[in-house]
Amino acid sequence: MTTLLPAVFAELEPYAPTWCLATEAERWRQRHSSTMDELTRFYDAFFPRLEQAIEYCNTFALDDLPAEVANLVRLIYSLVIVAMAIEIFQQPRTVDAADAILDRVREPTP
Amino acid sequence: MASWPKPTEGSWTQHYPDLGTAPVSFDDCVSPEFYELEREAIFMRAWLNVGRVEQVPRVGSYFTKNVEVANASIIVVRDADGAVRAFHNVCRHRGNRLMWNDFPGEETEGFCRQFVCKYHGWRYGLDGALTFIQQESEFFDVDKAMNGLAPVHCDVWNGFIFVYLGEEPRQELREFLGPMITALDEYPFDKLSEHYDFVAHNNSNWKLFADAFQEYYHVPSLHPQQIPPAVRRPNMSVECAHFQIDGPHRVVSTAGARRWTLPPEAMYPIERATRSGLVGPWETPDLGPLPAGLNPGGVQPWGISNFQIFPNVEILIYGGWYLVYRYWPKSPGTHRFEATLGFHPARNVRERVEHEVAAVVFKEFALQDAGMLGGTQAALETRVVDEFPLSDQELLVRHFHAEVAAWVEHYRRDRIAVKA
Repeated sequence: MTTLLPAVFAELEPYAPTWCLATEAERWRQRHSSTMDELTRFYDAFFPRLEQAIEYCNTFALDDLPAEVANLVRLIYSLVIVAMAIEIFQQPRTVDAADAILDRVREPTP
Repeated sequence: MASWPKPTEGSWTQHYPDLGTAPVSFDDCVSPEFYELEREAIFMRAWLNVGRVEQVPRVGSYFTKNVEVANASIIVVRDADGAVRAFHNVCRHRGNRLMWNDFPGEETEGFCRQFVCKYHGWRYGLDGALTFIQQESEFFDVDKAMNGLAPVHCDVWNGFIFVYLGEEPRQELREFLGPMITALDEYPFDKLSEHYDFVAHNNSNWKLFADAFQEYYHVPSLHPQQIPPAVRRPNMSVECAHFQIDGPHRVVSTAGARRWTLPPEAMYPIERATRSGLVGPWETPDLGPLPAGLNPGGVQPWGISNFQIFPNVEILIYGGWYLVYRYWPKSPGTHRFEATLGFHPARNVRERVEHEVAAVVFKEFALQDAGMLGGTQAALETRVVDEFPLSDQELLVRHFHAEVAAWVEHYRRDRIAVKA
């Protein structure tokens, strides 16, 4: 099986195919099409290692990340967007956002 | 919570006596007739910010901007001399929309050496001059020198590109912006060039969304989740430290505690882990000396200054980063909202994650603001209530609607004078 993440984060491989997403638009869709159980499993698995993951990625040049490190950065971004649902709203959708939609149409990469 | 001194008149509102303290009508947000007047009275008579110079980084860089309320599509381009120019996005031959990509109604951007019309291949230089007519000999005395792109008045202030859609600007841009805004001349927006852009199509009048962002009174009620449950209290009050009005423009400043001085339970775990969140990165690189105009009330500890440039632009400056909001009317009950977050370019993954967290949190709470809009619009349209009380904390809402009304009235009077 091909791996997506650096070996030291191998325990997170089960989440990588779902959450290594390049754009906020994809991460937003994935959060909203997930159940709270799914979001919680990902959050509980990754959050304890978040600071380690940032430290690890930080040792590489931002404009020249190896593919597996870029994937880990994307996984960090996904954790950030999932944390909103877990820590703040206790549901995948923003509380009281009603029918509002706010699209992120441009963002830096990675 | 700290109590901030009010002006000697007893309130911020009474410090501006022309505004009065009476309840206000929001009929200006539901009346189709008023919307028709706003087109000419405001959007053809005020300088409008359409973007930033970072969007046209080199000669030939361009973008198009739709200004539906003024019935305009504009091309903004950096010309061969390095100047920023604007033209109406209309081919002089048969009126085709000149620059577009997949759909003519959608905005586009890119880089070109000249503008080429998709329809019959007419070409224009970056200065708008008509340079090529396909099968020119078949035409009848078309003078190329007289058929350049229709120019739009365009000027740049501190990297913000403004256009003026009326015939002759009644004021130069700097004069229009006035001393309170131009006191930000030296603010280094150009150093904050890492941009996150957002767009929303909201189901309310444009002014209702602007209102949501020019007062903080709503924050504890609409955004209780901004504060973690462990430190959330019922009936929390909000008091802004400084309000100021200069001509048609406004600013409000709030105080802000340094985030790392707060007890841990005052922040969510994701904020502590990333050292970023609700008010952005906890620490940002030194931008050098900042102009006094950034904090005109001298608020300490300073948190944010939120400048509203008439009619439809807002610049919110936090320590080390900023946001721009624009509200573009599309109909009496709809508008397009644009937001840009500007950070210094991240130097490493940690800084980029800090920016990502700020951008994610911004969206969550802006969605709560936007989520109300359809309900407010529908409720106002019932016209069951026609006067609404505004508090001292909502001074800038009061001023905004008064200013819009004044511009419309001024236009009406000018029109009557012309007819007479």
